[in-house]
Amino acid sequence: MDYQLSVNDVHLSFGGLQALNGVSTGVNEGEIFSIIGPNGAGKTCLLNCINRFYRPQKGSIKLEGRDLTRLSPHKIPGLGIARTFQNVELFSHMSVLDNIRLGAHIHLKSGFLTGGIYFGPCRNEEMNLRRHIENEIIDLLEIEQIRKSIVYSLPYGLQKRVELGRALAMQPKILLLDEPATGMNLEETEDMARFILDINEEWGITIVLIEHDMGVVMDISDRVCVLDFGVKIAEGVPEEIRHNEQVIKAYLGEQDLTLSRLG
Amino acid sequence: MDILIQVIVTGIATGGVYGLIALGFVLIYKATSVLNLAMGEFMTLGAFVCFTVLSQLDAPFYLAFALTLVCAFILGAVVERLVLKPLIGEPIISVIMVTIGLGITLRGIMYMIWTPTFRSFPQIFPPEPLQLGFAVIPSGLWWGLILAVAATVIFILIFKFSRIGVAMRATANDQQAALSMGISVRGIFAMSWCFGAAASMIGGIVIGNINGISVYMGDVGLQVLAVIILGGLDSIAGAIIGGLIVGILQNLTGLYIDPLVGGGAKNVAPYFILVLILMIRPYGLFGKRIIERV
Repeated sequence: MDYQLSVNDVHLSFGGLQALNGVSTGVNEGEIFSIIGPNGAGKTCLLNCINRFYRPQKGSIKLEGRDLTRLSPHKIPGLGIARTFQNVELFSHMSVLDNIRLGAHIHLKSGFLTGGIYFGPCRNEEMNLRRHIENEIIDLLEIEQIRKSIVYSLPYGLQKRVELGRALAMQPKILLLDEPATGMNLEETEDMARFILDINEEWGITIVLIEHDMGVVMDISDRVCVLDFGVKIAEGVPEEIRHNEQVIKAYLGEQDLTLSRLG
Repeated sequence: MDILIQVIVTGIATGGVYGLIALGFVLIYKATSVLNLAMGEFMTLGAFVCFTVLSQLDAPFYLAFALTLVCAFILGAVVERLVLKPLIGEPIISVIMVTIGLGITLRGIMYMIWTPTFRSFPQIFPPEPLQLGFAVIPSGLWWGLILAVAATVIFILIFKFSRIGVAMRATANDQQAALSMGISVRGIFAMSWCFGAAASMIGGIVIGNINGISVYMGDVGLQVLAVIILGGLDSIAGAIIGGLIVGILQNLTGLYIDPLVGGGAKNVAPYFILVLILMIRPYGLFGKRIIERV
């Protein structure tokens, strides 16, 4: 089976620092694919290459056969790749609803003229969009009660949810999530894992996930890819990864401590 | 008393023009965090382009104005592409230094093309001054103020409501988020330079029309620097209000302090107040306060 998103021999370096050294992997349509690895392994770099924040020096990244490395970064969302960030990147003095709506702007066709007339196609477009956002996204993420709040006044855990909502409003095929559960308490982490599963199962969106919380990763992932110092050291179903010697060594070097972390 | 009102009214008119040029600074700073110290030269160039089209081609003013705007967009785009794009990722102070060099280069080029002669602007506005009853505004200032206010309002409307304006604000707020929303951040950078250049070039036309033009008129850019630091580097409202404050202040000092010290205080006054305000509000009157939690 062909991968929906395939990464072939990607090299990325900053000066003398080799951040990604020939990484090849692929994501199947409709799966939850996790990327794990110690700090500085190049996980976020790989994500940044996929949505073209970085341009890899060598190698190709293909979405449904189309090479992304040659496109400019602002074209990527239009192809159906949305992402969230490790440190929340929201428009901090706008309301939750406005932030989420903004995610949908690439799908709006109305221009100056149709917008000025408003009735007709523009109105329909706006109503459909509002229905989609208010009924589905806000409902799914359980943020009804904060939809009018200004983002910077919200706690971190909720901001992460809003960011996820904004990415969903882009109606992506693939969702890149960079550490969605970092800095959350147990309950929030469980909520986030549930949202990710819902999005994946009910909406059929492919998920690429970076996460340090091994409990989450092992529970929800279909497949896991392990990076260490810019090299892929393992890939497979969570059960294989859990017992992979190299992974255990890369993680802490101390076997029993690692075992306790990998559960 | 009459003379006081007169001076204040003149100050408001001057301030409106400062506000427009300051807006040019702020547009560029907000989107790209670069303080463009070549703004004065952009302004001079605008005045010269408009002047040349008016006097050499005998074109009507609206045509000259439109051509100047086209020039501003070309200048903005070229500067962004040739000078600033290669500097992406360099320390911001280097980029600001480069804009000083850019200003000097532009000034040199203008020397070569137009020579340092002082010229007066052709008549573009009706010469009758505006009689307000309690004050009289000279024609140049009056029409200049109208032009400046109209341009400022249009820029603010674009910034607030148009798609590109919203994209510019998004980029100013969070570049990464903007990029992941499908906004071309590089395109927005170029656009900000275009708008910034346009604002300063319109300001150049107005000031050229009031004071006459020469390659030295770019020094007004330095006064405007006081305006934006006073108002807060990243605040559009600050640019406009700062412009008014500096405009009024300059004219008042010209009236009351200059005779006491034998002249020159007019040009120093804005900086004097600037220092005072910065001691109380280091981010300027309306600047964004950056709080870092450690």
